[in-house]
Amino acid sequence: MSQLDLNQLDNMQYDVLREIGNIGAGNATTALSQMINSKIDMKVPKVDLLEFKELSDIVGGAENLVVGILFTLEGQIEGMMMFMMDMAAARHLVNSLMCDGNNTSLEFSEMELSALNEIGNIIAGAYLSSLSTLTSILITASVPYMAIDMAGAILSVPAIEFGKIGDKALLIETEFVDDDKAVNGYFILIPTVDSYGAILTSLGL
Amino acid sequence: MNEMIKVGMADLNVCVSPNAITTLGLGSCVGIILYDPIRRIAGMVHVMLPDSTKILNNDNKAKFADTGIDLLIKRMMEIGADRRVLIAKIAGGAQMFAFGNNSDMMRIGERNVEATKIKLAQLGISIKAEDTGANYGRTIEFYPENGSLLIKSVGKERKIL
Repeated sequence: MSQLDLNQLDNMQYDVLREIGNIGAGNATTALSQMINSKIDMKVPKVDLLEFKELSDIVGGAENLVVGILFTLEGQIEGMMMFMMDMAAARHLVNSLMCDGNNTSLEFSEMELSALNEIGNIIAGAYLSSLSTLTSILITASVPYMAIDMAGAILSVPAIEFGKIGDKALLIETEFVDDDKAVNGYFILIPTVDSYGAILTSLGL
Repeated sequence: MNEMIKVGMADLNVCVSPNAITTLGLGSCVGIILYDPIRRIAGMVHVMLPDSTKILNNDNKAKFADTGIDLLIKRMMEIGADRRVLIAKIAGGAQMFAFGNNSDMMRIGERNVEATKIKLAQLGISIKAEDTGANYGRTIEFYPENGSLLIKSVGKERKIL
């Protein structure tokens, strides 16, 4: 397994990681789009090496209220994957799925929370299975863990995992947008350093 | 109040009245405020992990409860704080996700709080107020002018400690 220094990634490695984000999120977006029967566009993925203090800015500020659905990854790739969206997006998705267009409540019922969890499950599954197919690496995801809170507080969980190995977090981040801009969210893939090595090695880098 | 000084994740800063100091969206991290009530000098550190000695990559001292507190005291003394009168207020250390049996990851917030308390006890700094644990994020603001700590959480009443 190649040892990887996150501070010294070359352009080729960045491109490969970006492409992984592209393929994974592409599949996830398709799954999401089919689920709510609406066209969803995806932006070009970003691969960022961020200092912890910059981390929460990516999702519109540390205090921004978001829904975070977290999976821990096991198998040959370890780390975390997170699907984050703001409250309006979560409300829109739940309404689409449960055919309840007029509900504007900022609170989710137990049934709706369960639906959100399932949305997370399906799109994370799509993301990870495409990644797994691409790299021929077995990736197993945990059950979804969900939290609704400030973005900074939610991101602290994967940040702490990164903190154990370095002073920066490498994110593969993809933003997706619905036609009417109601759905706006992020996929964030956060493998451990060893797992980055495994991904790049499996692709011959 | 003139200026609100921001402290990021794994970051620290100091602040003198009438300015105030804040950190946004504390999750499992712990926000530690040290305060010299006589000179109205405050310092805040936002630590992510309990113990620098268990981690190889420990250049960023503000990341850990043990080294973060040491560095914060040093920075506060540089601007005139008196080490002997310092008191502490702490917040954070929540468990954001209800992880199943992965004990290490599950208890990180709790372990951060424990490590903070141990370190402060070793230094003989008493904790005057705390709002730790539970499962929600916190934004904290500290006002050296009167030593009050404002805690804001989603869907909860503001607390002043």
